[in-house]
Amino acid sequence: MMLPFKRAVLALLILAAPTLLQAQSAEAPVQQVLQTHADVIVKSSRKTIGPAIDALATSGLPEAQVVLERWQAKDMWVNKETGLFVFAEKADGGLQLFDVSDGSEIGIADRKQFKQLKPNSGIRGMIASALVQFRLNDPNPENRADALTAIERDAEASHLAALRGAIDTEDDADLKARKERLERLLTIRFDEDEAARLAAIESFAGDLGVDVRATLNPLVASEIQTAQQIPDGAVAVEVGSDDLTREQAYDLLVEAGLAPALVDTATVKEALIANISGDTVAGVQVASLNEDAARAAAYQLLADQGLADPLVTQNEIDKAIESHSFFRVYVGAPLPVALAAQATLQDIETQVALNQTADLVLDALSLASIYFLAAIGLAITFGVMGVINMAHGEFIMMGAYTGYVVQLFIPDLTLSILVAIPCAFMVTFGAGVLMERLVIRWLYHRPLETLLATFGVSIALQQLAKNIFGTQARPLTAPAWLDGSMVINDIVSISYIRIAIFILALLFLALFLIVMNRTRLGLEVRAVTQNPRMAASMGINPDRINMLTFGFGSGIAGIAGVAIGLYAKVTSEMGSDYIVQSFMTVVVGGVGNIWGTLLGATMVGTLQKGIEWLNPSNTLAAQTYMILFIILFIQFRPRGIIALKGRAAEA
Amino acid sequence: MHTKLLNTTAAVLFASALPALADCPIKVGVLHSLSGTMAISETTLKDTMEMLVEQQNEAGGLLGCELEAVVVDPASDWPLFAEKARELLTVHEVDVIFGNWTSVSRKSVLPVIEELNGLLFYPVQYEGEESSKNVFYTGAAPNQQAIPATDYFLDELEVEKFALLGTDYVYPRTTNNILESYLQQKGIAEEDIFVNYTPFGHSDWSKIVADVVALGADGKKVGVISTINGDANVGFYKELAAAGISADDIPVVAFSVGEEELAGLDTTNLVGHLAAWNYFQSADSEANEGWVEAWKARMGEDRVTNDPMEAHYIGFNMWVNAATEAGTTDVDAVRTAMYGQEFPNLTGGTAVMLPNHHLAKPVLIGEIQEDGQFDIISQTEEVPGDAWTDYLPESAVLVSDWKELGCGMYNTETESCVQIKSNY
Amino acid sequence: MVEMTSTALPRRKPLVLRYPSVAIFLIILSLFTAVVTILGEGFGIGVISTSFIKTLGKTLCLCLAALAMDLVWGYTGILSLGHMAFFGIGGYAIGMWLMYARTEIIVRDSLAAAALPPTPQEISDGIATQIFGVVGTSEFPPIWSLAHSFPLQLAAVVLVPGLLAFVFGWLAFRSRVTGVYLSILTQAMTLALSLYLFQNDSGLRGNNGLSGLQNLPGLEDVPQSTVSILFFWASALALGLGYVLCAWVVSGKFGSVIRAIRDDESRVRFLGYSVEAYKLFIFTFTAVICGIAGALYYPQAGIINPAEIAPIASIYLAVWVAIGGRGRLYGAVIGAAFVSLLSTWFTGGQAPDISVGFYTIQWVDWWTILLGLSFVAVTLFAPRGVGGLIDRFTERRAPDRHGADLGPDLGSLQEREADK
Repeated sequence: MMLPFKRAVLALLILAAPTLLQAQSAEAPVQQVLQTHADVIVKSSRKTIGPAIDALATSGLPEAQVVLERWQAKDMWVNKETGLFVFAEKADGGLQLFDVSDGSEIGIADRKQFKQLKPNSGIRGMIASALVQFRLNDPNPENRADALTAIERDAEASHLAALRGAIDTEDDADLKARKERLERLLTIRFDEDEAARLAAIESFAGDLGVDVRATLNPLVASEIQTAQQIPDGAVAVEVGSDDLTREQAYDLLVEAGLAPALVDTATVKEALIANISGDTVAGVQVASLNEDAARAAAYQLLADQGLADPLVTQNEIDKAIESHSFFRVYVGAPLPVALAAQATLQDIETQVALNQTADLVLDALSLASIYFLAAIGLAITFGVMGVINMAHGEFIMMGAYTGYVVQLFIPDLTLSILVAIPCAFMVTFGAGVLMERLVIRWLYHRPLETLLATFGVSIALQQLAKNIFGTQARPLTAPAWLDGSMVINDIVSISYIRIAIFILALLFLALFLIVMNRTRLGLEVRAVTQNPRMAASMGINPDRINMLTFGFGSGIAGIAGVAIGLYAKVTSEMGSDYIVQSFMTVVVGGVGNIWGTLLGATMVGTLQKGIEWLNPSNTLAAQTYMILFIILFIQFRPRGIIALKGRAAEA
Repeated sequence: MHTKLLNTTAAVLFASALPALADCPIKVGVLHSLSGTMAISETTLKDTMEMLVEQQNEAGGLLGCELEAVVVDPASDWPLFAEKARELLTVHEVDVIFGNWTSVSRKSVLPVIEELNGLLFYPVQYEGEESSKNVFYTGAAPNQQAIPATDYFLDELEVEKFALLGTDYVYPRTTNNILESYLQQKGIAEEDIFVNYTPFGHSDWSKIVADVVALGADGKKVGVISTINGDANVGFYKELAAAGISADDIPVVAFSVGEEELAGLDTTNLVGHLAAWNYFQSADSEANEGWVEAWKARMGEDRVTNDPMEAHYIGFNMWVNAATEAGTTDVDAVRTAMYGQEFPNLTGGTAVMLPNHHLAKPVLIGEIQEDGQFDIISQTEEVPGDAWTDYLPESAVLVSDWKELGCGMYNTETESCVQIKSNY
Repeated sequence: MVEMTSTALPRRKPLVLRYPSVAIFLIILSLFTAVVTILGEGFGIGVISTSFIKTLGKTLCLCLAALAMDLVWGYTGILSLGHMAFFGIGGYAIGMWLMYARTEIIVRDSLAAAALPPTPQEISDGIATQIFGVVGTSEFPPIWSLAHSFPLQLAAVVLVPGLLAFVFGWLAFRSRVTGVYLSILTQAMTLALSLYLFQNDSGLRGNNGLSGLQNLPGLEDVPQSTVSILFFWASALALGLGYVLCAWVVSGKFGSVIRAIRDDESRVRFLGYSVEAYKLFIFTFTAVICGIAGALYYPQAGIINPAEIAPIASIYLAVWVAIGGRGRLYGAVIGAAFVSLLSTWFTGGQAPDISVGFYTIQWVDWWTILLGLSFVAVTLFAPRGVGGLIDRFTERRAPDRHGADLGPDLGSLQEREADK
């Protein structure tokens, strides 16, 4: 869609280009450095780029830093014809060019003549690493922080000295602490002095940082080897232990060329095929070799004739293992350093295990609060009123979509969430009241049919959402202050959005308790639930109360939808993801009791996280086992954890 | 009156005798879900096909005939795919089918297509381990997407520890299986490969993300290879962003996240994470500019193009050229004419149809940008698609060559054809 | 009660006379089968396409499952939202054999060319690689240990759903889980099963499921047009037999007891009947019927995967029965056939779009909404469903109880009493 005018301008520019480029100095020293390595720079592969970066970094040219920085920022382009490098910015009508040596403006040129250099994140890391020497004492604290990040990501031995030189001059307390910590880590890795390393290692005892473990673990790297005698500085390993099974031990011997390899079925087969003559092998009919035993026997015949390697007997295996020693050798560091590192690591590991448990508990609580949030609306409609609302999940979905629509109109994220919550409540309250009036009130004494009718509504609502919003997930973006997570240490952390959901769940619990126990509405709801006729004769309008209660439950589901949408996704099917779990939560907890629902959610959440922890590679299994467990649980406590007794149970 | 009728009859007879073969109009079956869970992805492809057919008709049709797209809706219901494929082939008598997205839907359709000798163009990246006589695979095989992306991780980012996260279905399973084997051959120890599967639409990612972060505890650089499908990506990337993981610390390369998927996400926190495809909308070529322009003009300014669309674009044009060459739309003739067909990619270079029914295509790796597009940072030469992976022992001995060997599953060890029909 | 029925009633009339619907149904079914055969491609004039014959055959299987659903819900009052799980298990059981046997032929053929005759282990490995290669393993999971044997897998079609239903029912009924609780529990069961099968570790190929089931091992040369007719016949036969069997079960004293359980469980218990045993029998029996229906359905569908067992499938089963009319066997059949064929028609894109000026209603998008809402409408306004229309002809009415409650399940026919 290029306008003719623009085309004309472009053509002019192309004509003008050669003159423009002549303005660029090809002899500038930094351009010379770049030209020397032009091939690898254009090729842009981490494997070959090293010399180019080094040359720039060590060139001693004052402009080297700028070149490196702008190269890293993908601002450097290369002229396809002349091969000269320029800085460029996209501008109207093409590229605005700047000279690499002094950043002076060259002019505007056609984009097609230039190729943008796109260093990948590996190369960008290398450039950052090379920039460390320039930036570590940079007056701008942000640049110093960048330098430290670069060291953290990809440390080199040369950084140690530079870092040590930069600690004393640091005036920012945070950065200074970071520098000191980093210095100790680099000491462990690169210092020649063993005593300094040992001291640094010990200083990290009990530190939970991933970086500490990342530094220490390579030091304790070890491998099991075998020989006749255990050499000095190695630790003996017992054959048959968990560290080294007999099979592994024998494999080690074979690998080291100290024992003959075992003959497996594939080898047998190959040897037999190689020795087929006519329709026999070693005198045995080929057609009869359709059993492993028959093949082994024929192979034995071959081996006897010397046509194949002999089979290794168990006796020989035992003998070979007995006559050799197996030992562990530390390959990552000299033995004292390795042992010190191991001791510190062991200390850390205990802490890590404790903290992991804490993290798991946090996760479980978070999941529980999500389930609770999803289920609390049900706790009202199902728990209090006894109405099975299978469209409950769709109310959650409606709430989430309301949030999405509000965000379309209000770009400010914080404000939009604040508006979305009452909107979601109103929309789903309205939908709930409508459904109660149109469908549910005709079916109060026929629970099975309520279930079916609400299913009908659920199916229709889901499809309606698909028709309106499409099947693709819609974004519901949390405001910036809910981004990120609360980091207690490198192991225990929880995202703010989950904390917000947790707090919301607690608020709902409080709201529920207050409404049910402290307000007239709550009193009337309880009265109607227990005995509608008696309540009616006391002047309560049961119809109105039922309508409001149902609307209230649905409205809460709508707010839950906003929260769930913020943390996960908004799709037309998000309701069905939660409906069965929500019912399980309510049923497991005990119908008609909010504390039961709370317990139920906690149990379901904890259980799911617990099973996930036992079987980390398959999250699906966790869900299956959880449902199975709940099915069994309900068999033995059909009325849930907190069972209502007496007449209320029959209501 | 009489003569007129006679004339028309004669003309009809003549016309049917002249270009010889195809009775007009030539029907192009479109077998993409328009409802159900897959609708969002597949509807786009249906629109693509309609656009391609229209463009071809404007350019004069094929073999002197108009093309007609016959669209059916298998509704994301796998058994229904087989039923609709049979309907297309026997009731509508289409000459070719463009369709399917998920592997399971393809496996559902395979027996029908093979029984009735139909012709299917399958446009989506998939797990390989298949080469049907009646299917042309215009999407990427693992060696055209997964392997180059892994190489990129190994060589360019120096990743030493891999987290293979996937949705629990066949494409991630097989791909991860191949990758595990490949990584081990590249010297990555078994314990440095962490594999995890989650259900479709999974939303609770905190523990898995924490596990991935914890992988870095032994000082090796961690990279995530994600075969997470569809909606589940939303929660995954949200959790990644919440955990403050930058692409420079733990890069994530995704095989199922394209322009369409990113539309449902706020990408500011994902900048720098990667995806590997054979096509990105941001590809810098004139053909692509025209393509994107035509698409936006037809569908709306906010619509994006993606990899499977390019696959249909190439597949359809190759089919048109092959049919023109063969002078008929007869399946066997077209199939023979397909081998060696060349057509320019939208990303530059030329796609070639190989005798194993896969394409040779370049592999692109892109970094996610703030605007939901990808910045292409690496583009390889054309990589020939490999039906049977070289990195699994039982597949390494298999080759597919329909031109010379006439077999899609030929065992080079025993030098025999394992089966003519495919595995389904 | 026992005393009374045996003395008060004269000799029981034969089943067909007591249930004229049985005879009528069988006649209609045989006529239908004959017409379809004549119009079909396999043995007839080829007016009906093979794909439509398959659709009809599958519909018959769904009718059979709906019969079972009617028995368990319409007659016994147990709203099971998990019966499609049994249907799916039946499909998986037969699917395992179909896949194994078909693959075995392929593997044996290809290994025949090898230098050494294959060992049993090599054959088994070869089959496993072929079947599980796509999901990344090459070993047989233990669940497949019987897959080589047709009779054993056939037995599994009946036994596995039966056993699962028995264990589940025994646990549930024993602890008196009733009403909506039971419904939710059965739904959880089917959800758990489908989630389990979605895992590749379950050994049944995860999300891919079992495919290529329409190709019968050893019958590769028989065209699908013939195979489809054969399966159509088998489905019709199964439906006919199922109908007679169900009619027989609900006809006698047993039928009265289960209907009584539906209407008031506690009273039946106080009368001394073992309510749990009756419910358990019906639950298990219908599960077996569903299993058989599934085993006939999936070879026609060609593929089975866990999505087939998702809770929504069982809900649709209930929808069919509700729309057809609960507590009437013919109602279930009418509902299943009517709704599922209508569904095929609407989602198949054959239904014309309706343009209302500013918006075009595409049935592909709006059919589900229509279905959902019509379901609500049926529940509210016509609890007898389509079967209620037939009641008008036969003048069968619910008894006049002078305003008293008819029992929990208004939609079901109260036949015995209505006669008087």
